[in-house]
Amino acid sequence: MKVKSYRADFPILMRDVKPGLPLVYLDSAATSQKPEVVITAMDNYYRSMNANIHRGVHTLAEEATAAYESARAKISRFIDAGSTREVIFTRNTTESINLVAYSWGRKFLKDGDVVILTEMEHHANLVPWQILASEKNIKLEFIPVSDDGLLDLAAYKDLLKLEPKLVSFTHMSNVLGTINPAKEIIDLAHLAGALTLVDAAQSVPHFPVSVKDLDADFLAFSAHKMCGPTAIGVLYGKENLLTAMPPFMGGGDMIRKVALRSFSPNELPYKFEAGTPAIAEVIGFGAAVDYLSGIGMENVQAVEEELITYAMEQVRQFPQISLLGPDAGSKGGVLSMVMDIAHPHDVAQILDQHGIAVRAGHHCAMPLHTRFQVPASTRASFYLYNTPEEVDKLMAGLAHVIKLFS
Amino acid sequence: MDDLYREIIIERYKDPQFKKELDPHDISFEDENPLCGDQLRVDLRVDETGMITDAGFSGHGCAISQASADLLMESIIGKNIEEVKKMTKQDILDLLGIELGPVRLKCALLSLKVVKAGVYGLGEASDALVED
Repeated sequence: MKVKSYRADFPILMRDVKPGLPLVYLDSAATSQKPEVVITAMDNYYRSMNANIHRGVHTLAEEATAAYESARAKISRFIDAGSTREVIFTRNTTESINLVAYSWGRKFLKDGDVVILTEMEHHANLVPWQILASEKNIKLEFIPVSDDGLLDLAAYKDLLKLEPKLVSFTHMSNVLGTINPAKEIIDLAHLAGALTLVDAAQSVPHFPVSVKDLDADFLAFSAHKMCGPTAIGVLYGKENLLTAMPPFMGGGDMIRKVALRSFSPNELPYKFEAGTPAIAEVIGFGAAVDYLSGIGMENVQAVEEELITYAMEQVRQFPQISLLGPDAGSKGGVLSMVMDIAHPHDVAQILDQHGIAVRAGHHCAMPLHTRFQVPASTRASFYLYNTPEEVDKLMAGLAHVIKLFS
Repeated sequence: MDDLYREIIIERYKDPQFKKELDPHDISFEDENPLCGDQLRVDLRVDETGMITDAGFSGHGCAISQASADLLMESIIGKNIEEVKKMTKQDILDLLGIELGPVRLKCALLSLKVVKAGVYGLGEASDALVED
């Protein structure tokens, strides 16, 4: 395992939580840590080329614009998009999905139209559609989740008979770790005449994703879960769809011409990027994509597979712990645990006393927790910088929790 | 390192003394902590002078929230509801005997918030009820 060399790339992983207690960071599904190259890229931007982009003609503006647009090109290649016109910068996955709901949804969905979601969605892929449904009388249908945390594809095929206009689903569950068969879901949707939106917040950071291979119509992800900064994300959309959609927000940069009572929108992708964007963050995002491309996403995936397989073997020593989600092999690096004797908050708090950062709660997936009849869970999630030794520390921490509460 | 999990908190969590629903009751209120999904209901019996004669809580939550609810029920029995209205964050911290960061403070204060919303007869609980 080459993990040691990746660890050294992340300055924060050198810190102690308390003196003598090294940080064991197992909360990357919430947000990943940032390598030195990303921090440096953003720092360099502010130190040497800070300027507003696209309109300026001075040297700084030219350099900043070039850096911003070259990041878009890198990200476009990273997900195998057809062109940079298909890569819209947003704040995050949540904003990307909202953009589709507001712009595409408001223009193209009519009374009684069906949108298919799944029971394992993050709130970010539920609430925008609920808001739209309350305005436009859209019908929401949900692909059920089986007890072992997989989508029920037979039920999905039945739902497709309702002739949905859109199927919007998560590529990988942030709670169960389930990697959904995106290609199959998309192909079936297309056969039924529906468009597709992939919530790729947990997939693009962790394994190779090609929008071309998937034939996804829309795909959304966030930089901060993939070694990049917060508050910058992407909406990928097929060019013909984005062209037909009205602007989302109005303002500077998204226009071609403005008169007192009218405007004409700019071309793609700028049509959807109103106002001064997060320039430093886009440049940091570009550096993150360079960093991950240099390692190779199949290598990132291999590290996580090894960690989750080992963690799932080890956690079996505790009969007090049950797991949410499928077995290793069909899931990513997410270990969601439920313990009858201790509440997730207490588990996370005691693990924190061991220097271990995990997440406790419903992880923005309340309906999924309701489905499994648990109020909350404790989630450990892995990334390329984690090690088997850290899994051992997690197990020691869990043993301490069990001792305290038994 | 287990300061937060003092014996009294673990004991009250595992074996609460006041975890019960009261039927009939004079006051009942229920609220949730949206951060973690904890849910808490408090039932109170109050005599004609305004004195709380019995108190019970139900629901689910972490050790901090459950232990604080149990200790709070114990402390308000025999108190007049006017006194309960004056209770603060510090009263809860004194009962628990621990220091808490901002996230866990919400767990600890959920029970007081629910009790105060109940005795004030509010439609909705608010954090303002337990701010000093």
